Amino acid sequence: MNGNKMMNENDKSKIIKSYVGVLIFAALFIGVVILFPERKDTILSESTKYFIEMLLIIPSVMLFIGLFGAWISKEQTTKYLGKESGTKGALIAIIIGSLPTGPLYMSFPIASSLLKKGASMLNIIVFLGACACLKIPQGLVELKFMGIRFMMLRWSFSIILIILMGYILEKLLEEYSNDN
Amino acid sequence: MAIDFIILNLLVLVALGISFFKSKEKTSKVVKIAFNSLVNTVPYIMITIVIIGIMQGFIPNNLIAEYLGEKSGISGVLLASLIGAILYIPAFVSFPLVASLIEKGASVMIGAAFITSLTMIGFTSMPLEIKEFGIKFTVLRNISSFIAAIVIAVIIGVLL
Repeated sequence: MNGNKMMNENDKSKIIKSYVGVLIFAALFIGVVILFPERKDTILSESTKYFIEMLLIIPSVMLFIGLFGAWISKEQTTKYLGKESGTKGALIAIIIGSLPTGPLYMSFPIASSLLKKGASMLNIIVFLGACACLKIPQGLVELKFMGIRFMMLRWSFSIILIILMGYILEKLLEEYSNDN
Repeated sequence: MAIDFIILNLLVLVALGISFFKSKEKTSKVVKIAFNSLVNTVPYIMITIVIIGIMQGFIPNNLIAEYLGEKSGISGVLLASLIGAILYIPAFVSFPLVASLIEKGASVMIGAAFITSLTMIGFTSMPLEIKEFGIKFTVLRNISSFIAAIVIAVIIGVLL
């Protein structure tokens, strides 16, 4: 119980720190806008665009994390995405990753909740890789602008390299945590 | 972006509906977890947006197309990967951008390098990645993504 309370305090100070970070960046933003008035319009319109994008997608991403947290047990995550999940686990990671969950930065909180529930580091890396460059809706745009051959090649070699990356990074990160 | 948004919101809405029918108790847990993770994540996402906004203000997309369109060879691939790593351009915009780049004379190899590093490496979202996974993870994932971008580009360049 006590430990729980301490963790909450710790979390709180972390959250406060992160909001101080926001203030610093807000000051930076205002500073840049004042110093470079000729850039003001572009900066403001681009920021607004991404801000709206975030507002549209963030509630769903958070609810997605909530649904996952409440309905999928640790045992299930470990079974399907854990160390023993093998090729099937990597395939599942790619499929979840290719779902439309918005820009890559939205995938980090999702990946982190997967990791906490028992997914292996390999599958987390594969998931993030798929989130980044194997999104299904974006695939339609890619098909239209780059053609089927480009897309097939890029997707197949991306899958191979993402899995390879997962293996290597998992090893490196394990060695690191063993050292400590 | 619009398709992304519609599919995701529909999926989540349906799932939430099913969740509510099956167990109100669990659904309130869903909302609680969602809220906590919202409070935790929002500051980092706002920082990300500020960085993206400033960057886009100084380096507009058409400038990149002009610049990369004239490059070629392996040095062009390296440069495209580097620019892709630093910038944030949504994937929806990146494909037409790369198509116009190739039209301007850049090789397919450069296009592939640019797309891969653009999507896989998130310089702008590093604050969030570090928060969730730590510095070691972030550095390793981004560096290996950079290498992956170059490898994918070279393979596509050779095969296409």
